[in-house]
Amino acid sequence: MEIFGISSQALLGQLFLGLINGSFYAVLSLGLAIIFGLLNIINFSHGALYMMGAFVSWIGLTQFGMSYWASLVLTPLIVGVLGIVIERLLLRHLYKLDHLYSLLLTFGLALIAEGVFRNLYGISGETYEVPELLQGGIDLGFMYLPLYRGWVVVAALSVCAVTWYTIEKTSLGATLRAATEKPELVQALGINVPVLVTATYGVGVALAAFAGVLAAPVVQVNPLMGSNLIIVVFAVVVIGGMGSILGSIVTGLGLGIVEGLTKVVYPEASAVIIFVIMVVVLLLRPAGLFGKQA
Amino acid sequence: MKSNYAADAAAQSRRTVLMFVALAVVGLLAPFALYPTFLMKMLCFALFACAFNLLLGYVGLLSFGHAAFFGGAAYVCGYLAKEQGWSPETAILAGTLTAAVMGWAFGAIAIKRSGIYFAMITLALAQLVFFLALQLPFTGGEDGLQGIPRGKLLGLFDLSDNMAMYFFVFGVFMLGFAVIYRTIHSPFGQILKAIRENEPRAISLGYDVHHYKLLAFVISASLAGMAGATKALVFQLASLTDAHWHMSGEVVLMTLLGGMGTILGPAVGASTIVTLQTQLADKVGSWVTVIIGVIFVVCVLAFRRGIVGELTALRQRLTGSHS
Repeated sequence: MEIFGISSQALLGQLFLGLINGSFYAVLSLGLAIIFGLLNIINFSHGALYMMGAFVSWIGLTQFGMSYWASLVLTPLIVGVLGIVIERLLLRHLYKLDHLYSLLLTFGLALIAEGVFRNLYGISGETYEVPELLQGGIDLGFMYLPLYRGWVVVAALSVCAVTWYTIEKTSLGATLRAATEKPELVQALGINVPVLVTATYGVGVALAAFAGVLAAPVVQVNPLMGSNLIIVVFAVVVIGGMGSILGSIVTGLGLGIVEGLTKVVYPEASAVIIFVIMVVVLLLRPAGLFGKQA
Repeated sequence: MKSNYAADAAAQSRRTVLMFVALAVVGLLAPFALYPTFLMKMLCFALFACAFNLLLGYVGLLSFGHAAFFGGAAYVCGYLAKEQGWSPETAILAGTLTAAVMGWAFGAIAIKRSGIYFAMITLALAQLVFFLALQLPFTGGEDGLQGIPRGKLLGLFDLSDNMAMYFFVFGVFMLGFAVIYRTIHSPFGQILKAIRENEPRAISLGYDVHHYKLLAFVISASLAGMAGATKALVFQLASLTDAHWHMSGEVVLMTLLGGMGTILGPAVGASTIVTLQTQLADKVGSWVTVIIGVIFVVCVLAFRRGIVGELTALRQRLTGSHS
């Protein structure tokens, strides 16, 4: 079957690849949005932490025989703790200053992380084998679905859903949202806001690491894998606006799919389509699709 | 009060003359003591950082996309000099104008948002330019443009001689620096500082803030482009490195290290970083990125006034004056 001269096989294949990329965009921009909500900073080291997630997972497998499934839980914990240390030791001192300083600090941290891993492991990239349970694929009739890639989408979306539910529907989430609006007031009600801030940063970072573990078997584990991705995710964040949790998830997924479609229709533009969309959105709706208009 | 003000202004203009004379003397003598190529690299990055500082230090806008102007102008200048046989001065001028147009386009889009969003938008736009530099037919893809001829300045002076090239580059730097100095010390520059300090107030005083920010952005981008175009002739190379986001980050660091919002700070910061990179490149190889990152973190945490800012503060403490 053909649509506009493009085989439906290729179209669905690229759409699905777009959905996978979109899942990564969603998890990463969700982490950025959570951190931004409470800390008001943009975490430039988000890409580096995603890369570290993939590396910790790979090192765990090759050096310590840590299985993929264990890694899926342990790696976000390990990297999340690192995030807590960063927040406690470094970021904490900058809250009273212009938020641009935190951006610059996390940028510096990203350079350090990238540089260290580059020196230790080179830039050629390491391969992480797909876990046995998820090898192979199934023929859906209209397309072939590699199991692992299907799992990536399911896992990423489940994590997004759980995060969304926690923030929007539980009492912990209500406290968190209150602290986002009026930290002093929440503090006055006896809630330890600094601990909440630390924990939030840790969770945001853990989400980045989780995305890294998911990505390890589909991409080459490489010190530069985060930096190129994070700029796209920044554009995703600008397009969505940081207004809502759901917004960042939907925007991430949607843009991944749009990118996939572009690969079919006009491959040359696929690397830049998200940036072009960003320009158009900024011209029409400067606060982003889900942002509060000033 | 009035005579006081006049005395201040006279002292200010004396200091200005002194500073420019000192810069000129140092600049003209330097190539007899140090490698001209190294000095030219320093000058190009110093101009780049000074141009960037006009925006960060005096308007309070953090652009994370200045590599696009630096690299974009380098490509245009390189292409015109290499493939079209343009003379060095016209090629640099064309590169600068390209950067001005890009700056206008970037500015028009990014100025709709401020703070962190502004940084992210400029970064994303610069990444767009990076991909164009990778894919457009005239840029040489991964290899970039190599073997760009330096040509003859005004058809008279052969710039393939390093000394001649140095004095030309020094002239370009002084020109750019003078433009920045003039901009900062003009009524226009005063309004920029007012916007930095209190934007709502500047608006309520009747200034078209958007317009002022955009103009500052265009000036900053043009001079960043002039630096990039000149760099392309010095090293006879325009490559993806020039347009990469690392370059945008480096110029932020140079400005921060030297002292943002100071006249000479960015030049000092650029010289320090270029020296570090040159000195360390043989000794520690790729650990340079890590060292740069560490300097970044230290600057942000403990050294926010930068070298020149700290020195000024020290002098004020010692003399007890606040001028």
